[in-house]
Amino acid sequence: MSARDDVFSNIRRSLGVTGKEATRRAAVGQRLETTPRGPVPRRGQGSAAARMATFITEAQRVSASVVMLENAAAIPAEVARYLSECNVAPVLRMGADARLAGLDWAGAGLSTSTGRSDGSDLNAISHAFAGVAETGSLIVLSGPDNPATLNYLPDNHIIVLAVSDLCGDLETVWTRLRRATGALLPRTVNIITGPSRSADIEQTLLLGAHGPRRLHILVTLG
Amino acid sequence: MADGLSARPPRVGLLATCLVDLFRPSIGFAAAKLLEDAGCEVIVPPQTCCGQPAFNSGDRTTARDLALQVMDAFSGCDYIVAPSGSCGGMIAKHYPDLFDEPLLISRARTFAAKTHELVSFLTDVLGVTTVDAQFDRKVTYHDACAGLRELGVKSQPRRLLETVRGLELVEMAESDVCCGFGGTFAAKYGEISDAIVSKKTAHISASGAPVLLAGDLGCLMNMAGKLSRQGSSIEVRHVAEVLAGLTDTPPIGAPREAGR
Amino acid sequence: MSLHPTTPAFKENAHRALGDTELQKALGHVQGGFINKRAAAVERLPEFETLRESARDLKDHVLAHLDLYLEHYETQVRAAGGQVHFARTGEEACKTIVDICKAHGAKSVTKGKSMVSEEIGLNDAIEAAGMAAVETDLGEYIIQLRHETPSHIIAPAVHLTKEQVEADFRRVHSHLDAARDLSEPVQLLTEARGVLREKFLAADVGITGANFLVAETGSSIIVTNEGNGDLTQTLPKVHIVIASIEKIVPTLEDASLLMRVLARSATGQDMSVYTTLSTGPRRAGDPDGPEHYHIVLVDNGRSSMLGGEFEDMLRCIRCGACMNHCPIYHAIGGHAYGWVYPGPMGAVLTPALIGVEKGGNLPNASTFCGRCEAVCPVKIPLPNLMRHWREREFERHLTPAVQRFGLGIWGFFARRPSLYRLATSLAMRVLGFVGRDKGRFAKLPLASGWTQFRDMPAPSGETFQSEWRARQKERRS
Repeated sequence: MSARDDVFSNIRRSLGVTGKEATRRAAVGQRLETTPRGPVPRRGQGSAAARMATFITEAQRVSASVVMLENAAAIPAEVARYLSECNVAPVLRMGADARLAGLDWAGAGLSTSTGRSDGSDLNAISHAFAGVAETGSLIVLSGPDNPATLNYLPDNHIIVLAVSDLCGDLETVWTRLRRATGALLPRTVNIITGPSRSADIEQTLLLGAHGPRRLHILVTLG
Repeated sequence: MADGLSARPPRVGLLATCLVDLFRPSIGFAAAKLLEDAGCEVIVPPQTCCGQPAFNSGDRTTARDLALQVMDAFSGCDYIVAPSGSCGGMIAKHYPDLFDEPLLISRARTFAAKTHELVSFLTDVLGVTTVDAQFDRKVTYHDACAGLRELGVKSQPRRLLETVRGLELVEMAESDVCCGFGGTFAAKYGEISDAIVSKKTAHISASGAPVLLAGDLGCLMNMAGKLSRQGSSIEVRHVAEVLAGLTDTPPIGAPREAGR
Repeated sequence: MSLHPTTPAFKENAHRALGDTELQKALGHVQGGFINKRAAAVERLPEFETLRESARDLKDHVLAHLDLYLEHYETQVRAAGGQVHFARTGEEACKTIVDICKAHGAKSVTKGKSMVSEEIGLNDAIEAAGMAAVETDLGEYIIQLRHETPSHIIAPAVHLTKEQVEADFRRVHSHLDAARDLSEPVQLLTEARGVLREKFLAADVGITGANFLVAETGSSIIVTNEGNGDLTQTLPKVHIVIASIEKIVPTLEDASLLMRVLARSATGQDMSVYTTLSTGPRRAGDPDGPEHYHIVLVDNGRSSMLGGEFEDMLRCIRCGACMNHCPIYHAIGGHAYGWVYPGPMGAVLTPALIGVEKGGNLPNASTFCGRCEAVCPVKIPLPNLMRHWREREFERHLTPAVQRFGLGIWGFFARRPSLYRLATSLAMRVLGFVGRDKGRFAKLPLASGWTQFRDMPAPSGETFQSEWRARQKERRS
């Protein structure tokens, strides 16, 4: 018997089932079909303004910084300001996301390049698919628009979130994601909640373990 | 009284617990006084052990035999009350799990529902809000684990202690952390138990209170034994003795003649 | 790797741990590090109790339908271009993984933190096959340098002080300036970041565990704070996920429910920094990510726990809250437990995986204080399960003879109330008389396990029952 068959038959023997029971199959099929939500905390709910306030509070609680911008056109200037505040070179790596590609980076004095990171990039910018008010998290989908390496290798990570993409909770994100991508998810769905950290040495919390040392969030309102 | 048994006083079977029976009868008398003061008729049926040592050692057969014996002995009682969260918890939370036969499970459930730890019985079932006692000392209180986590005994003893004249309650750090007793654990894994009780006695001493109270004699003997081994003068008593105003016996582990 | 358990020598292990001053100092960090943070996180979420109940129910539902969810998961992984492997045993899992590494001509393998990989001894297997296995979680990296096993399931190096870590870094990173300052944790972290960055970029294969496997989408989910898991799985050309079969959850919604209780219970965070869903290998047009994606599903004893009295243990999501709140763990740390899983969850799981003959000490070394069950995010009745192991031992006569004998005598008298009253009132009179001057015993025959460390308070002399009866007589007359 193959390992697979053995494992399945052991499971079924222990459970006292055959795997063919219609009721069990129906229960599983229904759960996968209807994807019922468990209890969703109230924290992330409320009006759009309340959700935005919660998002900012929670993102700051996990040591991310948050800035609100009138519209996307204001992004390059804010990035330039931020990088200068961080005292790092005005260079920026990004993917092919059209919402970022069309901006006037050079006008803000930034030198940009496109594609995955090989580990030598100091700064990167990504565009979030969604944000989660409940926890101050950002959802970034991998692909040509937002290469996954940009989330982890650079020291400073900047993520843009359109205000219309702010959800109260993860459950709302999943509903939107299914609508956007269909059955097959992107290779990675990255849920990012603050900059990288570790408390492995004497329980002392330190930022910038293996991933970015800083996370700067730009919320575009228009 | 809080319940509807006003026609006659509730008949309460006092389960003294083995340790109280053998080591410290004063706790049993304190419990009886508190119950009688609250209007109960107290009876003490012939009893041995609730079966917990056997149950926790994996000997279900003995545990079951003793559970049946307890249920028979206390069958005429409206309530069964123990000055111990541990033994009370054994009956209230574990007796029904000991049996496989529906009739016995049902009987054990009914019995379990009538069984309470002493202090929470006074406050939560009888509605007692004050006691008539005086104790002019600073005390600190340890939350014994079974009472705390199986039966939710936490605020009840503190509420009643507040009404003892002259008494001042000061909280120790980590009052809800185990003292390291754990029944046979204390003897089987003595060294680990010692490390745990040493942390506990450090917190007790740091509280500054000269008196330690708790609701379970096993834990009290463990902490008293460690305190006296450390040469501490902290006095150790069961909370019922203080609530009943019966503090003429010497503290736990103190010489019989030198009692206060 | 700890394939050879020292669990039978638990008492000796514990004795050493209690005398280890560095360890005792390090264990002091568990308190503020975990307990207070968890309490604060729970305080901030009024729905936490409801979430725990739902999490328990969800896991029970999954376990009852595990075969069907596994089948669906398998289909979805394949649909996303991934490969699924099953392994009955740890050995089989190691072989599968080593074979994949070899097939890709791997020289260097990076690893995210994975407890099941510790359980099956994966690093040893990879190294025996001539490849380097590099742990990338900071804590795991530190203990790998020391050739130690994790002492905690989420904080593997919690047993070490920063001075010990500094000494290891100086020993191993000998190419760096000997005069550098490493006195602060931040300097140690920065050094590890630099050293491991090279390893991440050079790796041929990345191996991660999985916190959850989503049947609906065929995704594996890892949760980390450092980002090491993502670098491990994104940079090499091959990503291998190793996970035990009970990690399955039905849907993304179900995963979200468990995430809400996981991080809070583990570290007191509302959400870990990086939660990553991986579904298959790099897609056409993707600029990065592995070209090959494998999932190795390990049984290694789980399937036989289903449907039995230890099934509840399979709800465990490996948060570590039980050990963080365990007075025994606080006293002796994780290594004394002698195998991979320490603390209360280890006390239940270890006998199931290595046998109660070897692991029997662990479920006995508990005071049943119940704090583990009170904080468990999936409400595993840990003390009850430990008690079930004691029952198994008792039935199989594995309980130590002295204890069995003592219990037997106690049981004999306890079953015979009249004899009991006679015997105990005699015994207590004698003990009470002997102990009346001091009120306690510093030594007692047959109770040296107690009196070695603390005094035994002396009994009053009369039993309660005899005094009660005497007083009742007085009252009546």
